[in-house]
Amino acid sequence: MAGELEFERPVTELKKKIAELKEFTKTADVDLSSEIEKLEARLEKLETDIYENMKPWDRVQIARHPARPTTLDYISYLFEDFFECHGDRAFGDDEAIVGGIAKFKGLPVTVIGHQRGKDTKENIRRNFGMPHPEGYRKALRLMKQADKFRRPIICFIDTKGAYPGKAAEERGQSEAIAKNLFEMASLKVPVICIVIGEGGSGGALALGVGNHIHMLENSTYSVISPEGAAAILWKDASQAKKAAESMRITAPDLKELGVVDQIIDEVKGGAHKDVKTQAAEIESVLYNSLRDLMSLSEEQLVDHRYNKFKSIGEYSFLKEFIGVK
Amino acid sequence: MLKDIFTKTKKKKYATIPSETAKQDVPEGIMTKCPNCKKIMYTKELVKNLKVCFNCHYHHSMNSKERLASFLDSNSFEEINANMISENPLNFPDYIEKLEKDREKTKINEAVVTGTGTVNDQKIVVAVMDSTFRMGSMGSVVGEKITRAIEKADELAVPFIIFTASGGARMQEGVLSLMQMAKTSVALKRFSDNGGLIISIMTHPTTGGVSASFASLGDYNLAEPGALIGFAGRRIIEQTIREELPEDFQTAEFLLKHGQLDAVISRTELKEKISAILSIHQPGGDFQWQEN
Repeated sequence: MAGELEFERPVTELKKKIAELKEFTKTADVDLSSEIEKLEARLEKLETDIYENMKPWDRVQIARHPARPTTLDYISYLFEDFFECHGDRAFGDDEAIVGGIAKFKGLPVTVIGHQRGKDTKENIRRNFGMPHPEGYRKALRLMKQADKFRRPIICFIDTKGAYPGKAAEERGQSEAIAKNLFEMASLKVPVICIVIGEGGSGGALALGVGNHIHMLENSTYSVISPEGAAAILWKDASQAKKAAESMRITAPDLKELGVVDQIIDEVKGGAHKDVKTQAAEIESVLYNSLRDLMSLSEEQLVDHRYNKFKSIGEYSFLKEFIGVK
Repeated sequence: MLKDIFTKTKKKKYATIPSETAKQDVPEGIMTKCPNCKKIMYTKELVKNLKVCFNCHYHHSMNSKERLASFLDSNSFEEINANMISENPLNFPDYIEKLEKDREKTKINEAVVTGTGTVNDQKIVVAVMDSTFRMGSMGSVVGEKITRAIEKADELAVPFIIFTASGGARMQEGVLSLMQMAKTSVALKRFSDNGGLIISIMTHPTTGGVSASFASLGDYNLAEPGALIGFAGRRIIEQTIREELPEDFQTAEFLLKHGQLDAVISRTELKEKISAILSIHQPGGDFQWQEN
């Protein structure tokens, strides 16, 4: 089976076996229907066992699956009249981020998201969904436009991270990300962010200062990729699996840490198994999210975002005072 | 031997390789060797010159205590949130021990020190990051202390000045570290919208999540000479693009050349220049129309 992941191999193998048996009974003279039934029951149990007990690393694999639906896939299911806008008006158009205007069930919105490619050729054009500064600046331009026309903003987050390149640094990668965080703070419209794949570091956060942050069940959101974390912490990128476990990067982890508002259920085995059903799942969460936020005034929306981020983090106080004086 | 200090170096008859102990035979504390030009100088003199090398103007790194002493009017500093400390939200192995060790070593509780003070009698809120504590990395406490300092500046209606020195986000607090970038930026935006003045002074090193949040959000973005400033690490970039980067890549001077900074200012002139900027931002200045 194409795109099969290692941890789900027992499932695909059993499926194959059942298919073989079925094929066999068609031609042979024996009745294997009870065996097949038994196997099918086992398959169901196996599927539940495997897909409901996924390890962080398994989820990383699903989040990175080449067939995992992208921003543009979801846009085609969720919105009507999508009109894509290009360019940052200063340097160029970064195709690692797409954005434009559309309607959600008739409601005018602005939609922005990281965009991976489906094949090598498209991936090269889209730089594997890793933005340059002009990408963040395009996103900000569209957000300001949404603010002007009082349209809610929906951001899809799906990137390994900011592109670690020479040109990106020269053109002010740090400043571009920082400016997005800064400006998103004062948007007077609802901002809803949905992590649909990998949410990697500053490149993800640059589209991530929302009133609500939702995450697909098998997506990840982290300060650095598991490989990068392993390289920094243990000087060994091959310990990525261990890093994925200790860094707490899965949707349930982020919910627990108070970063994410809602986990969006995924189709069994991952969103790529059934894009249409997955899109419908997102649609209902998005609808409810919009309904909650659109009841807030402009000022309340800005305060809501302020308080959301102010509350993230854990700290305590020492009883004795130790200062630098 | 004391007299050896005064005798000129004789031409050596044979090559010698200094042993590890011999390399460090400059008495700890009394003399300092400039890591850039290798010149040896009196530590006291160096400190008096704000730790700027007399010979090559290399800016030796400063901890938060030295920075505050060099920048603020004496005895004007009042620290806030000094005893806020980190938790271990991810239950990361050894994290608590590492924090305790750094608290012991540096005598500060986290990688940023915040408070109020004056610069030539002009009141400010200041935040100074300290790279001797966990590489100045930003976790929940650094984000929260900086945010509270910004809120303090807003409350007092005084300028907010931050000295950055950080390796970036703190790995051991995972995504919570990432979110501190958003938290601090959101607070800066509110302060800015209320008319607050923000001055960022980037010192060596200012990288990763810190450079991609408050460090880059000043009304004036300044840096010390030679400071390393950038988002992605040099090695990662070299591996990604498979070419060698120029020598001055990601230095303060490189950023100035590429339009990312307002100015690179030598430490010895910093206080006066900042004081001048502050003075220009006094409401109305000291201007008066002249009588005919």
